[in-house]
Amino acid sequence: MTKVVSSLREAIERAGLKDGMTVSFHHHLRNGDYVLNMVMQEIADLGVGGLTVNASSLFDVHLPLLDHIQSGVVSTLQTDYMAAGLGRAISRGAMANPVQFRTHGGRPADMARGVTPVDVAFIAAPACDCMGNCSGKFGPSACGSLGYAMADARYAKHVVIITDHLVPYPLQGWSIPETEVDSVVTVDSIGDPKGIVSGTTRITRDPVGLVMASYAARVIEHSGLLKDGFSFQTGAGGASLAAASFLKDIMLRDKIRGSFGLGGITGYMVDMLRAGCFEKLMDVQCFDLQAVESLREDPRHQEISAMHYASPVTKSAVVDSLDVVILGATEVDTDFNVNVHTDSNGYIMGGSGGHSDTAAGAKLSMIIAPLFRARLPIVTDRVHCISTPGKDIDVLVTQAGIAVNPKNGELADRLRSAGLPIVDIRALKEKAEGLTGKPAHLPQGQRVVADVISRDGQLLDQIRSVER
Amino acid sequence: MRRSMLFLPGNTPNILINGAYLGADAVILDLEDAVSPDEKDAARILVRNAIRTLDFSRCEVIVRINSLDTDFWQADLDTIVPCRPHWIMLPKTARSEDVQRCDEYLTALEAKLGFAPLTVRLMPLIETALGVENAFAIATAAKRVGALFLGAEDLTADLQCKRTKASREIEYARGRMVVAARAAGVDVYDTPFTDVNDAEGMEADARCAKALGFTGKASISPRHVEIINRVFSPTLAEIDYAYEVLEAIAQGKAQGKGAVSLRGKMIDAPIVARARQTIAAAEALGLGKGEAK
Amino acid sequence: MKEIRKKAWAGTMESSDAYVEVEPAQTLAVELQSVVQAQFGPAIEAAVADVAAQCGVTKGRVKVMDRGALECVIRARVETALLRGMEE
Repeated sequence: MTKVVSSLREAIERAGLKDGMTVSFHHHLRNGDYVLNMVMQEIADLGVGGLTVNASSLFDVHLPLLDHIQSGVVSTLQTDYMAAGLGRAISRGAMANPVQFRTHGGRPADMARGVTPVDVAFIAAPACDCMGNCSGKFGPSACGSLGYAMADARYAKHVVIITDHLVPYPLQGWSIPETEVDSVVTVDSIGDPKGIVSGTTRITRDPVGLVMASYAARVIEHSGLLKDGFSFQTGAGGASLAAASFLKDIMLRDKIRGSFGLGGITGYMVDMLRAGCFEKLMDVQCFDLQAVESLREDPRHQEISAMHYASPVTKSAVVDSLDVVILGATEVDTDFNVNVHTDSNGYIMGGSGGHSDTAAGAKLSMIIAPLFRARLPIVTDRVHCISTPGKDIDVLVTQAGIAVNPKNGELADRLRSAGLPIVDIRALKEKAEGLTGKPAHLPQGQRVVADVISRDGQLLDQIRSVER
Repeated sequence: MRRSMLFLPGNTPNILINGAYLGADAVILDLEDAVSPDEKDAARILVRNAIRTLDFSRCEVIVRINSLDTDFWQADLDTIVPCRPHWIMLPKTARSEDVQRCDEYLTALEAKLGFAPLTVRLMPLIETALGVENAFAIATAAKRVGALFLGAEDLTADLQCKRTKASREIEYARGRMVVAARAAGVDVYDTPFTDVNDAEGMEADARCAKALGFTGKASISPRHVEIINRVFSPTLAEIDYAYEVLEAIAQGKAQGKGAVSLRGKMIDAPIVARARQTIAAAEALGLGKGEAK
Repeated sequence: MKEIRKKAWAGTMESSDAYVEVEPAQTLAVELQSVVQAQFGPAIEAAVADVAAQCGVTKGRVKVMDRGALECVIRARVETALLRGMEE
């Protein structure tokens, strides 16, 4: 017996896909993904319409979705992140139904709760056997962890694996087991390796980024959390990576042996593991080839599912055990609410991803952002969109000073006595506006183009159209 | 307290606007080598606007003008001095006459602008063999001179030797500069370390300069500023010791003792002088007594 | 009464900078493209007009391509371009 079918079309037909159903995709191939476009084109050719697309993230490689939206093949999008090209079109009103933004933890939670049932999951897999045991660790398009796809495999009614690297049965080191798979399709290529691994995951050389990173590392050093057993997550942005590099120096200097590094994993986190800063890495997604190789070779580097990473409805998730997370922001308001969904003009250009999951779970959640970007202050009276509520944010680090959420007075005292420049968040806003001038208030559009749904399933905010 | 001086190119807005946040005690806004000849006008106006508008309250502002053998230096001063930079850095200073020429021009400008005399101080950049030989004369050529600054890149070209990381080739110049500056009662700053990626080499170079008696050191990279500040700050142990010295002296005086010893060592005048310097530096940095514990 | 006598330019298209072109014209005309048009468009146009007035320029076309520069930077670039354009 084999689950390998002759074509994508056959797999779709066998799945019983009908108008109005939901299909799902993962984003481990990032901006190199061929599979979503390939599947959606085949579905369009079959004449199925009114579909909901539930994708863990959408990149600009997925711009052909706009054609399927226009032609009625796709009527609803559910995602945790949307890149700027797609986001601009959505903000301009490309869809009748609002996009549903969830978090990386909220997405599998809503699948588990039956809020967002998936009819057919299409899972790109860099290596797969004929029965559907599959992995991201091997093959020409290796992307490492398949953490986000594990939820789709578990909860979808019908699961199709799409691979360009069929291996003899049984595949060792599978991430998704055959028990969850209905059919397997082979294609020439599932993705472009150059886009799979983002080239932007480098330590910043920007002086302001380095100043912020140095402050961030010192905040962690003096937070009271940096001791044996310490756990840590950081983003793949340049300043966050520089902060990790400074933190590594402090941990090695003070001989601190942490317990685990979490998250999207980069080579810098792998270096910290190898240097002895951590005992383990918990990896829901690989951001570069060094992380992919480490996940394949090093047993201390553990792949985890999106549920295990961040779901609020599992019995526990790793974010609940996290000490410190470093996060980014396009805007922060004086109540510490953070926007990572829209830019300063109100256009969608991102999404929560794991932002609000880790902020909610971590003991110390820190935002790194410059005082202003291109003449626009980062601190505002009210963010365009609440991605992560201010109650979950502890510290904002800028080059001009560090603002501590007033709910956390003890931390502010600790940092102040360590000589760090602690300032009121309103003073940062005033300082920035003193340099840039006060930006004119932008009128928001009439239509709601996206709902932002919190990790516990509540409507957190709505994003309005941009009509300028 | 001026330990670190960070060079910022005068015609690069992206860097200028954040110059105050890079941790340096002073920024050197550069109109000379960092600006091509056909952009001198643009840089001059940009630097003027930056000083006028941006908040440099965290650091001192030094403007490096073009040297006296160019057609630019008077226009540089005419444009920059009205916005009251703390210092003007004069490159390629080789003789006391250079200082006097610049000083006369500044004095006339200050009078014209209604500024108090010596509002703007002068920091000669010594980067030729002749400049090193004349260092004391330069430091004492005008009251306006408050510090000397050694520039090793141009100097080694003039000396016809190679610039190396070990810096043996500038040992004499460094020593001569420190002696000249201290004899004249002014501060003295060491040349930048130019390998941006070598933090260890940077620290060793800064320690060497500190050991020779330099007040501080210039830098061309924000990444070096933190190292320079650390090396040129008194350590907490040094601060505590300095307070102990002064306390022992005070006690000895109260008890009418002629000679006082601490930790089995006689405290003589140089030790007291150094203790006072350390405490002055610590106070300037906001470091208090007992913080080492 | 001063006027722009020749085509001239100043600044760059780098982030946080502005590129300014000036050329002769019968009246003073300001043209602006900015990445922060919506937030600062009128403020930038007013600043450009103010610099022109300070320089005494009443005739010339001033085209500003702003890459998110602070006002002090835009003013510097406009002033430089105007001074260059007024030279013989």
